[in-house]
Amino acid sequence: MSKVWLIILLSSIGTLLFCDPSAAVTAMVKGSHDAVNLAMELVALYAFWLGFFAILEKTGISNKLAKILRPVVRFLFPGVKDDTEKFITMNMSANILGLGNASTPMAIRAINSMDDDGGKASINMIMLVVISSTSLQLLPSTVIGMRASHGSANPSDFLIPCMIATIVSTFIGIACVKILWQFLKRKVGKTEKTELNGKPLPVKSVGKKKRARASEAAAK
Amino acid sequence: MTSYIIPIIFISVLLVSIFRKQDAYSAFIDGSGSAVKLMINVFPYLLTIMMAVEVFRASGVSAVVADFVSPAMRVFGIPKELTELILLRPLSGAGALGVLENVFTVHGADTYIGRCASVIYGSSETVFYISTIYFSQSKVKKLGFAIPIALFATFIGCILGCFLCRFI
Repeated sequence: MSKVWLIILLSSIGTLLFCDPSAAVTAMVKGSHDAVNLAMELVALYAFWLGFFAILEKTGISNKLAKILRPVVRFLFPGVKDDTEKFITMNMSANILGLGNASTPMAIRAINSMDDDGGKASINMIMLVVISSTSLQLLPSTVIGMRASHGSANPSDFLIPCMIATIVSTFIGIACVKILWQFLKRKVGKTEKTELNGKPLPVKSVGKKKRARASEAAAK
Repeated sequence: MTSYIIPIIFISVLLVSIFRKQDAYSAFIDGSGSAVKLMINVFPYLLTIMMAVEVFRASGVSAVVADFVSPAMRVFGIPKELTELILLRPLSGAGALGVLENVFTVHGADTYIGRCASVIYGSSETVFYISTIYFSQSKVKKLGFAIPIALFATFIGCILGCFLCRFI
């Protein structure tokens, strides 16, 4: 990300230096302004949805929901803790309802609860990002509204190709992550055999967590 | 139809809280209180991205890059007018919305290009934004293959969507 950011900034400001130097500062300040406005809007939305999710949690509905979606979550995110499972469930349900802004706080919590201080994204974290960024939206209301205001005869007639496109992209994303996981597992397996003579390798965070849980259980 | 979903969910949740004798009021206060703290953590990331994207668009560099990549888009069957939209969509929702608006004004919402643009905007997400915000509170710095995989999957979805727009 930091490289993408640097390239974008350097190329843009560099270009403006030759064409229109005064526009550079204007654009940067405008972007920051927009960010503040968006942040204000998002605080309201986050507060509302986090409040709602807190009710869900207190009434035990979130546990029920997690139980229903457990087979799916277990398949997509092998070896996650119950807490994480709950956050992921809520994130996915919010995404399907088209509430991107409601799903973000839950995803942040899910990532935090999966964090093992390793500094590297585990395969489950990658899966969460991929699913969220390709996930199905029932109703892209922004686009429909904009089409209507531009005099479209049928503002929602793009929905079928749009849905097929999102569903396919979600499946492709999941498949890619699963393939990557298999690949990494094989690599870890190889090094384990040749270098460590079967000693556990602290590379995969899933395995580490499982071991940690096992030792916890043993301590009890 | 879909406008009923959220209110119905809300009412049922509140009814469940009465039924189970849980204090929904104080739970809501507890939950919403954490929003400001969350935003304080997320805000710097938000501003950093949006600032860069705004310069990227205003300087016209994004349009130049789009022009440069557009022949490749033709190969995949994506109209070349939409390259800038595909380029900006993963970076910023607001930036891409500006491009979408422009496409609708220039080409019209009901043309093939307009419908492809709708599909591209509707079926993709702000990948870079999502991945930075999601990890903003954790110590994770290396995202591995998260972004490439998400971008690849989204792009395939866009190609398929544009293809389907010819028939549906």
